[in-house]
Amino acid sequence: MGETMNEGQGLGNDIDLSQFYQIFFEEAGENLDQMEQMLLALDVDKADDEELNAIFRCAHSIKGGAATFGFADVAELTHQMESLLDKLRRHELTPTAAMVDVLLESSDALRGLLGAHQGRGGEAPATADLVARISVLAHGEDAQNGEDVALAAPVIVVAPPAPQPRKAAAKKTERDLEIHIGPLDNPAQADGIAELFRDIPGLGTVEPMACDLSTHRVWRARTSATDSDLMDLFTFHVGKDEIRIVDNSVAAAAFVEEEEPVGTGHPHPTTEGRDYGFFEGAPGVPTPAVAKAAPKAEARAPTAAGAGLESSTLRVSVSKVDQLINLVGELVITQAMLAQKSRELDDASNQPLLAGLADLDRNTRDLQEAVMSIRMIPMSVVFNRFPRMLRDLASKLGKKVELVTQGESTELDKGLVEKITDPLTHLIRNSCDHGIEMPEERRAKGKQEHGTITLSATHEGGSILIEVRDDGKGLSREKLLKKAREKGIDAPDSLSDSEVWNLIFAPGFSTADTVTDVSGRGVGMDVVKKNIAALNGTVEIASAEGVGMRVSVRLPLTLAIMDGMSVRVSDEVYILPLSNVVESFQIKPEDINTMAQDAQVVKVRDEYMPVVELERVFQVPRVKSSDSSPIMVVVEAEGSRVALMVDELLGQQQVVIKNLESNYRKVPNVSGATILGDGKVALILDTSGLVRRSRH
Amino acid sequence: MQSILAVDDSASMRKMVTFTLTGAGYHVVEAVDGQDAWEKAQKHSIDLVLTDQNMPNLDGLGLTRKLREHPKFKTVPILILTTESSDQMKQLGRAAGATGWMVKPFDPTRLLEVIQKVMR
Repeated sequence: MGETMNEGQGLGNDIDLSQFYQIFFEEAGENLDQMEQMLLALDVDKADDEELNAIFRCAHSIKGGAATFGFADVAELTHQMESLLDKLRRHELTPTAAMVDVLLESSDALRGLLGAHQGRGGEAPATADLVARISVLAHGEDAQNGEDVALAAPVIVVAPPAPQPRKAAAKKTERDLEIHIGPLDNPAQADGIAELFRDIPGLGTVEPMACDLSTHRVWRARTSATDSDLMDLFTFHVGKDEIRIVDNSVAAAAFVEEEEPVGTGHPHPTTEGRDYGFFEGAPGVPTPAVAKAAPKAEARAPTAAGAGLESSTLRVSVSKVDQLINLVGELVITQAMLAQKSRELDDASNQPLLAGLADLDRNTRDLQEAVMSIRMIPMSVVFNRFPRMLRDLASKLGKKVELVTQGESTELDKGLVEKITDPLTHLIRNSCDHGIEMPEERRAKGKQEHGTITLSATHEGGSILIEVRDDGKGLSREKLLKKAREKGIDAPDSLSDSEVWNLIFAPGFSTADTVTDVSGRGVGMDVVKKNIAALNGTVEIASAEGVGMRVSVRLPLTLAIMDGMSVRVSDEVYILPLSNVVESFQIKPEDINTMAQDAQVVKVRDEYMPVVELERVFQVPRVKSSDSSPIMVVVEAEGSRVALMVDELLGQQQVVIKNLESNYRKVPNVSGATILGDGKVALILDTSGLVRRSRH
Repeated sequence: MQSILAVDDSASMRKMVTFTLTGAGYHVVEAVDGQDAWEKAQKHSIDLVLTDQNMPNLDGLGLTRKLREHPKFKTVPILILTTESSDQMKQLGRAAGATGWMVKPFDPTRLLEVIQKVMR
């Protein structure tokens, strides 16, 4: 195995294999993901043949690539995995949980090895132990299953059993070699090598072999000399690069196995090597006379290189897509600006121009949608990491948990996918740790031993709804209220259920009775909520005691575009994220009460709410006219509400978000900026910041 | 230009084979598994089939058997890529009507050598 590979590398020096590395790495990664998923889904007690076959193919595919491209450690480990899986799929072994475990461990190790080969992240993990363990599992029961194996292989009946390779074993020291020399401008130069065998006593024998290439010479040699000794001798006559030594000792045995059973006799040393062979009399088998020379260099058609390549996907760098999105953003702004200007034009006299602008409007929108969709990736990318995590977690906690995923194909912006993974991980951990009961407890309650955690994703209008549901014990109203009071949170019994559930988002709140190894320390639900809010998303909880709990996370489809409400304060326009806007209403100036330290509150339906005067926050010069009554926009963030005082509501619109921090600097109470249709810059308000501000 | 149908479910292997073969002046039709290959074999003129054994949907042996039943592929050389240890597979390959086998991993030069032996 290893030998073949090293040789392969030496041989392939006219074609640079490294150009295929990246695609191999990506493919191996995909195969690993797939293998892991299938291993996790595998029912050890009644494993499906097709499943086992598919898992085998993953290992097989990685091995093939790794061996071809020269990653010996990857090939070695996958080879072992493949051997075990091969026995499983041929029913020579019965799957056990231990096998699944070691295969999963191996896939982790493979990830490490591949990562190391790609030059990212640390040292390659040691795999000797894994290789040995798989080998024990694969071969440990061979002895007792030996007979079954023979019976299970139907071919043996048709063809007599292949004779044991014995040639190599019989003459341990003497090897059967093929010596390839070339390419040489003058192949006669190589004849000196044949003379060496004549001249040096005891070196061995040599005979010429047929060679298709006029620039090459091939000899068959029997010798006990080592490759390096031979190399030293041969380099008297030709360059090291032009010498290739192929050990045929193993192959000789291999093709005797091929030929003897059918009794056709004559092996064709000219048409068979150790690494390939033809079947006598099979259609298309070459005869020495018709064997053709290589197509000449002139026959090469450079245009043909890509002709056969068919691919339905394209891998591009994220930065290119981001650039594209940025440019489309600019285009949207320009289009909006033109649209605004065009409203001042006279319809009748500018008909063609207006028609063109209408087309531009439609095309811009389509283009924007198409470009945004490039960044969209399916939720399965996130979902796929959970089965493994949950399996490890459940076994650690001694629980039985099944994960059901729905809507894996629902697409979400790549940037969001990366950011939502951590909060979701936390929610699923919580469900497993705090929600799902121990098997015996579940049995006692008349539930199935297996708890179920359902992870689903669906599109709802312009947002995506991700839900984590479990059929565990649910939240306890009394417990939560008691905990809240212990923490000094004002929690009257009159709170509605949903208000009680929202208590778990308070900082430092844990529903766990005991702090476990898994959760209950470090990140709490408050951080989850904060992280989701940072993505302009919301979290809601529903629960029924004894039945289960559901956490619903609602996210915008992308971070680059936002539904905003534009408001005017004096001559300035600000954008509020629409998802944070609760309501707006007009008030009379006397509705506002000033409390101590100049803090203002407004009474809304018997409730007092802090007022934030945007003109003060941003120091906008404003002429107060006595007759205008201010408008309050109530925004909610981090569980609190504040009323923002503005002069006018301008309307709702989609805005392209521009990062202020990277283009200018961080500005308090502002989360970003956008460019309006008239070309003016408007600030997007950071509602969380404004809410926090009002607390002080 | 002679056409080769290259069948492998591994994209990297397919790319390497295609690159090697097109570089040597062959036209290559790629297929992702036996089923895909069978469909492409109907539509293209093929002078040689180079197929992996382990593939979803239809494996190399299945593909070989199917092709041999078709008059168009009675005499077209079919090479099956196999693993070094599976002698049993080689027997099956012979029974299925394959022309020969080639062990994975192989290097591009070797691949061309073998192909040139069977191409007419």
